[in-house]
Amino acid sequence: MALKPSPVRRSAANITGLVFGLLWIFPVYWLVNNSLVTDDALQSRTPSFLPLDFTWAHYETVLHDGRFWSALRMSFGVALIVVVAALLFAFFASMALSRFRFKGRKIVIISVLVIQMIPAEAMFISQYKMIDSWHLLNSVLGLSLLYIGASVPFTIWMLKGFVDGVPVELEESAMIDGCSRMGAFFRVTFPLLGSGLVASGIFAFLAAWNEYTLALVLLSSDNSKTLPLWIQGFSGQNQATDWGGIMAGSTLMALPVIILFVIVQKKMAQGLVAGAVKG
Amino acid sequence: MTVTSTRAKPEGTLPDRTGPAAPRKRRRNPLPYLLLLPAVLILLVDMGYPLLRQITMAFQHFSLEQQFGKPAEFAGLDNFTRVLGDSAFWLTLGRSLAFCLVCAALTMAIGIGGALLLTKLSRPVSVFVQAAMLLAWAMPVLSSLQVFQWIFDSRSGVVDWTLAGLGLQGMAGYNWFSNPLTFFAVAAILVIWMSVPLVVFMVYASVTQIDESMLEASTLDGANGWKQFREITVPTIAPVLLLVTILEIIWDLRVFTQIFILQKNGGITEQTNVLGTYVYQVGLSGGDYGVASATALIMLLITLLLTWRYVTQFLKQGEV
Repeated sequence: MALKPSPVRRSAANITGLVFGLLWIFPVYWLVNNSLVTDDALQSRTPSFLPLDFTWAHYETVLHDGRFWSALRMSFGVALIVVVAALLFAFFASMALSRFRFKGRKIVIISVLVIQMIPAEAMFISQYKMIDSWHLLNSVLGLSLLYIGASVPFTIWMLKGFVDGVPVELEESAMIDGCSRMGAFFRVTFPLLGSGLVASGIFAFLAAWNEYTLALVLLSSDNSKTLPLWIQGFSGQNQATDWGGIMAGSTLMALPVIILFVIVQKKMAQGLVAGAVKG
Repeated sequence: MTVTSTRAKPEGTLPDRTGPAAPRKRRRNPLPYLLLLPAVLILLVDMGYPLLRQITMAFQHFSLEQQFGKPAEFAGLDNFTRVLGDSAFWLTLGRSLAFCLVCAALTMAIGIGGALLLTKLSRPVSVFVQAAMLLAWAMPVLSSLQVFQWIFDSRSGVVDWTLAGLGLQGMAGYNWFSNPLTFFAVAAILVIWMSVPLVVFMVYASVTQIDESMLEASTLDGANGWKQFREITVPTIAPVLLLVTILEIIWDLRVFTQIFILQKNGGITEQTNVLGTYVYQVGLSGGDYGVASATALIMLLITLLLTWRYVTQFLKQGEV
């Protein structure tokens, strides 16, 4: 801190910060809390603020649901394909944009930004028809194919920031030592992008893991649902909504993402900033 | 080594090993185009072609019959005049714009405020706030949607219970999703809650890059907090602010999932439609692909208009 704030101002800031933090953490707490209390406690008019009527029953319901496991497999399969493909394509593209000045470069960069403005609703009818004509509805491949396109622009954007941060001189000296251009990219720059690859990979993973609209349009068969479709179907399948089960399912769905975020959170904000200010 | 390599950025490509990097040579190099090829190809297949199809459909009479093979007739601007003549469209557009602007503005204000607040907190509080932001950020949309529906549930929701406990008896058992105004209040709270963490992290990351000595010097020169914020902080973080503003506007205007799922609670779909859900209803539920495509194109146009100023400014500033 450059200036020492007065103790009064500091504690005022701390209290505001505390309230801010509590407001933002509350829905997450509420989710986990309500996944752990009995149905009676959930149904009562007075909310239970602590999981005193504790039970694992809702998790057992979910884990015994075959549809949960098939949705989990589907979601992981799609996310994996998307991450690998999007990272590879984005690595190539960001090398081109970062290391070369060529005709059309500016147009590509503008397109990368503008493409993200196209509303999904502007395309999903024809995307549906396209995937249908390739007989890829209800398949991991069909969904992945569209998700890759959806995450590539963002991944390029982030990765380019990281590539810009790797000194070009390193590649040059590798090339003087007899490396080919592509060899220099892969042997020198690629390993140095570690955190950038992780961060942009996670964004691609998240995009695939969370996506709902396209999945809703492309997946209709019961055993090819992704987790977002499964959880939404779960809340609709019973007459009386099984809130405990929904909370447990939502928690399980959030768990992998939260773990990933905790691992790389610093890198992600940095990556986005790098993309904006070219560090 | 040529001179260009030390200041690689401005015109910098790798200097050619055979001599100084001549522009003539650079233009001929096919490598950057080859490197772009996979990304460009997948984008053409995933978005280029569907978009083109959609644009064509917007100028055709295209409904369920055509879906089953009947050739589509050219419709000229029929679909567009039908959309623009439909009062439901204008209402939806107004609703979407209002929702987008309110959400984006509040998100930016809270996000910037939160980031600046983070720099003023003592260590444990700062860690707590960052952890809270991280958790909220990490929550999948569908998980958040479920818990927000539960929080605002009319029977056992904690919000109604709290409000009733505070003396607002009318709020006991209140159904937030049955009135357009409270429906959008819940949707906005959800959207803002989801988007603020990204803004906080991005702005915070760039605020911490500000040179401390500059702030110190300005204090010695007698600048107060607001002046420092305006003349040092804002210019430094301007590129980030621009980028986040663009993203927020884009994201909030095309909001679909949140509205679509919350609508299942209320049964007032007509009055709570935003552009995204409107297109979905006209197209996929109603089967009128031509009109839906025209609406989607209008939606794209509006997004471009709304963000164009920011995008050009951003491109200038970022010197991409």
